[in-house]
Amino acid sequence: MLTLTQIVFLVAAAITLLASFMVVTCRSMVHAALWLIMALAGVAVFFVLLNAGFLAVVQVAVYIDAIAIMIIVVVMLTRHSMGIQDRQTNKTWWAAVIAALLMFGGLVLMFTQAPLLGAEAPALTMGSEALLEELGLALVDVDRYIVPFEVASVLLLTALVGSIIVAWPGRKSQDLEDQS
Amino acid sequence: MVAFLNDPFTWTGSLLRSWLEGLGLAPDLVTFLLQVVGAFVLGTTLLMLTFILIWAERKIVARIQDRLGPNRVGPYGVFQTVADLLKLVTKELITPTGADVIPYNLAPLLAVMAVVGVWAVIPLAPTLIGASINVGVLYIVAVGAIGTLGIMVAGMSSNNKYALLGAFRTVAMMVSYAVPMMIALLIPVLLSGSMDMETIVEAQSPIAFIILAPFAALIFFVSSLAEVGRAPFDLLEAESEIVAGFHIEYSGLKFGMFFVGEFLHAFTISALTATLFLGGWQGPWAELYPLLGLFYFIIKTSIVYFVVIWIRGSFPRIRIDHINNLNWKLITPLALASLIVAAIAEKVATEFGINRLGIHVGANAFLFMITLAAIRLNARGARSRVKANSVNKSVAASSGSSPGS
Repeated sequence: MLTLTQIVFLVAAAITLLASFMVVTCRSMVHAALWLIMALAGVAVFFVLLNAGFLAVVQVAVYIDAIAIMIIVVVMLTRHSMGIQDRQTNKTWWAAVIAALLMFGGLVLMFTQAPLLGAEAPALTMGSEALLEELGLALVDVDRYIVPFEVASVLLLTALVGSIIVAWPGRKSQDLEDQS
Repeated sequence: MVAFLNDPFTWTGSLLRSWLEGLGLAPDLVTFLLQVVGAFVLGTTLLMLTFILIWAERKIVARIQDRLGPNRVGPYGVFQTVADLLKLVTKELITPTGADVIPYNLAPLLAVMAVVGVWAVIPLAPTLIGASINVGVLYIVAVGAIGTLGIMVAGMSSNNKYALLGAFRTVAMMVSYAVPMMIALLIPVLLSGSMDMETIVEAQSPIAFIILAPFAALIFFVSSLAEVGRAPFDLLEAESEIVAGFHIEYSGLKFGMFFVGEFLHAFTISALTATLFLGGWQGPWAELYPLLGLFYFIIKTSIVYFVVIWIRGSFPRIRIDHINNLNWKLITPLALASLIVAAIAEKVATEFGINRLGIHVGANAFLFMITLAAIRLNARGARSRVKANSVNKSVAASSGSSPGS
């Protein structure tokens, strides 16, 4: 007999898997973005099931709202990508297949060697609120995760600078403007 | 009976619980059922409330514009909305050719869901809240932006250029106004030390946050007006430019869903402003009599809602470049400055034991002076640019006309 939590987990897992499969096979970019939103929402359900309400809300706020909407905007603003006649693969598809297989194989190898695979998860010693506070402190603690945290913000800065460079009106577009 | 009058919400809840448990159901199942019933009652009440909201808005705007407004159906036209709804129900649901059927039908649901979902974490009275979660403020941000998603999906799936243009305007406006709104939301969190909406309301016990942080309240109000897409920020559906915007291809009740969502959203931001900055259900004897708390909450929300309608009746629509200028050059920097000022003032007040009210009001007054000076400098620069331009033009015009004459 399945408990209610298990049923919810199985349904959410099935939806997430289906949605993520559709993301990569869907021929329309806009539909792929919408499926991606559904997959990310499924992950938010997992967080709720794990009693991590904060992470679930952040998942919705950051991934579904910010990133997914940005993806849709980019797709809608990019020329020709709203049509459904685009091919799903280009000529380097075999390299992508090899990379994906290597990644998957490596992950499986790593997980099977992890000693804690069969073990029960340890019970939480703190309430979810105290855990959250602990997480926040750990991110700004010099002895713990401040370096990865700051490196992540450097990554965001790089993305910002990159997008400015992409949007920069270069020589080419200026020529076009002169001609018109 | 006395228990009922003192606290009807807890009383009804425990009555239902004891009745259901008396039927032999498991306590977990009873909790689940009660939550379902609570969500159903809350959602239905809100959607029913829209009838009154639409009527009130039409009446008030009519009064502002020196008209009578709806006055035929029922006393003072109260039932006009019911008649409008019946008309909408009888209309055909048209799906445009080439529309993406599933996203097209999903969009109205998303738009209404995002609005009703916010009410789950708003404390209506001391003992009445949908779901007391400890990240309520973050939840509001998360759920609120699903409405943006609904508008995007509606514009994209309608297979209509005007609908798509309306959806593009969402990007320019709703997404960018979310930035100052979130920063302004941080200030009540900072002042109360919690993201829990109940704690935020309780922290406003002696002084409401609108007095401690008037700038944050104003920024939150203005940017949430933009989030809702209400006048003067109603570019999403500027009738004179893009017809009806993102919902142009929707008819019948599907259009009605967007309509209800929009009106309810305006009421929702009024409730949020009342909760976060005006003290929510706080008032004399509200702790003792939760019903009184609900009354205070409704009064405060109605006052803010009246201001929303008043603004809609008074201001013309702002041009899109002005909207973005206003956001990125004035409101966002101001929100950041006001967050820093609030943080410093709070720290100084707790560390040195200075009067909390005095230092916050002083800091905000200081910020106000600086903002005023900055706006003045900016206006002076703009004026001199305009003057230089017109001088150039008149010089060019006189030099251009002289050879001919």
